[in-house]
Amino acid sequence: MPRATAPAILPGSGGMRGALSDLFWRRPQLLLLLMLLPPVLWLGIVYIGSLFALLAQSFFSIDEYSGLINRQFTLKTYGDLLQAANLDIILRTVTMAALVTLASAIVAFPIAYYAARYARGRWKALFYLGVMLPLWSSYLVKIYAWKLILAKEGILTWLLAKLHLLWLLDAWLSLPVVGGNSLSVSFTGTFIVFVYVWLPFMILPVQAALERVPGNLVEASSDLGASPGQTFRNVLFPLALPGIVAGSIFTFSLTLGDYIIPQIIGTSRLFIGQAVYSQQGTAGNIPLAAAFTVVPIVIMGFYLWGAKRMGAFDAL
Amino acid sequence: MRSDRGQSAPLSLKIAAACGLLFLHLPILLIFVYAFTTEEKSFVWPPPGLTTQWFAVTWNRPDVWEALSLSVRVAAISTAIALILGTLCSAAVSRTKFFGRETISLLVILPIALPGIITGIALRSAFSLAEIPFSFWTIVLGHATFCVVVVYNNAVARFRRTSGSMIEASMDLGADGFQTFRHVVLPNIATALLAGGMLAFALSFDEVIVTTFTAGQQQTVPIWMLEELIRPRQRPVTNVVAMVVVLVTLLPILFAYYLTRDGDQIAGSGK
Repeated sequence: MPRATAPAILPGSGGMRGALSDLFWRRPQLLLLLMLLPPVLWLGIVYIGSLFALLAQSFFSIDEYSGLINRQFTLKTYGDLLQAANLDIILRTVTMAALVTLASAIVAFPIAYYAARYARGRWKALFYLGVMLPLWSSYLVKIYAWKLILAKEGILTWLLAKLHLLWLLDAWLSLPVVGGNSLSVSFTGTFIVFVYVWLPFMILPVQAALERVPGNLVEASSDLGASPGQTFRNVLFPLALPGIVAGSIFTFSLTLGDYIIPQIIGTSRLFIGQAVYSQQGTAGNIPLAAAFTVVPIVIMGFYLWGAKRMGAFDAL
Repeated sequence: MRSDRGQSAPLSLKIAAACGLLFLHLPILLIFVYAFTTEEKSFVWPPPGLTTQWFAVTWNRPDVWEALSLSVRVAAISTAIALILGTLCSAAVSRTKFFGRETISLLVILPIALPGIITGIALRSAFSLAEIPFSFWTIVLGHATFCVVVVYNNAVARFRRTSGSMIEASMDLGADGFQTFRHVVLPNIATALLAGGMLAFALSFDEVIVTTFTAGQQQTVPIWMLEELIRPRQRPVTNVVAMVVVLVTLLPILFAYYLTRDGDQIAGSGK
């Protein structure tokens, strides 16, 4: 109700403060504007501004002889992206991201399903913390822990030796592409660590989606004679799908951009993130680095657009 | 008939869920064992012996203290900035519908929705275009930008649960806008802000990707660790620092969970 028609019971506080308060009451848009101005200015200038600076640089090119950046609009750098070596990097990264996403979904599902349907009270809290603590634990410490596990003399080799399964490890490591000298310098190692580090980002949205599935839907399905497998395929999975897609946004996007995991646990064959890092650092080719970062942005743009159409954003 | 209460899960599901949780936790626990190993050069398992001498060695390393001090200062300032920006933004978004509201929530989420390397290199190229030299403040600039979202998420969730009629009642009883904020709004959102602040602190303390692009020569704790992982100098010291980092980040997270456990989400972070 406007102030003019309903006089205040108490006199308003006077002075600057009262005047300001009254002004904001009468002009809520002004208050809104004042509240939005600092965060929007910060994010707009620091973040969006930087993104545009980056985008602009991807249209510059580098002079191959002098190593200087030529500040003239050109598409040459994007042409460089299409070289076989660079396409290879992009393809490798996207494949890895897809595999990591798939594996995370498979590992996450039982945890999320148990937490959503069976865990109650204290157990539920325990499950929640059990997912949150690894999610928030230090990223580098997690990678370091896996370095310890996957190293040649590490715990996994020891465990497999105790189980008399070393031949299996050796057979796997001798495979092309996925193998290597030891697990800590192979794509298999990179894959395991990616799945480990991003797994909580998949569990949480899947759990949120499953929590909305009424339990009696599952019971109705089995009452009507469906096997557990059929119930999963026809009832649970379709209802959990928006959650899986929401989780996959994280696992996919994070794998596309990461350069530390493949650098510490991986082979010398590069991923997009590593290419960006080395192009801007040692190679000094910021335009190419910038063009490389446009790749995950474009892929994620399409991905988000598709995910939104599937209703994944409601499961976030 | 309701039968989902007291019903127990199939054994295979229990085993799968338990294995998943073990997979998430065992590697972190392993760090604790390695902090006490007597082995200096390699990652050999099981540890040939146990010792606490590496704690003393780590304590006397000035580079560890410098990195820790820088990390704490960066995280403190970034959290303070994120608290101000995140609260203002969440208050604006939750109290009214306005044109561009969706855009603003997207703007806040974007720095963590896009891979960290994009934020990092974008900031770096902007610094180089604007000829800003690397300093303490360039690190803070990056960290505060992605910390806003954590505060924002926590505060928005709390604002949604706070009923608007309390604010109206306060106004009806004659309080002005500032009094209402001080005595009604702030006490209601205080724990959410505290939780958001703690998580923002933890996020900044742990951030490595953006920092590698904005730090120049300075080392935060994660940068120090990354350096040790690529060019190891004294492995046992890295083990000890890793264990301390786990403990230091664990406490704010548990505390934030305790503060927001009644239905709020403390999720919403990404690298």
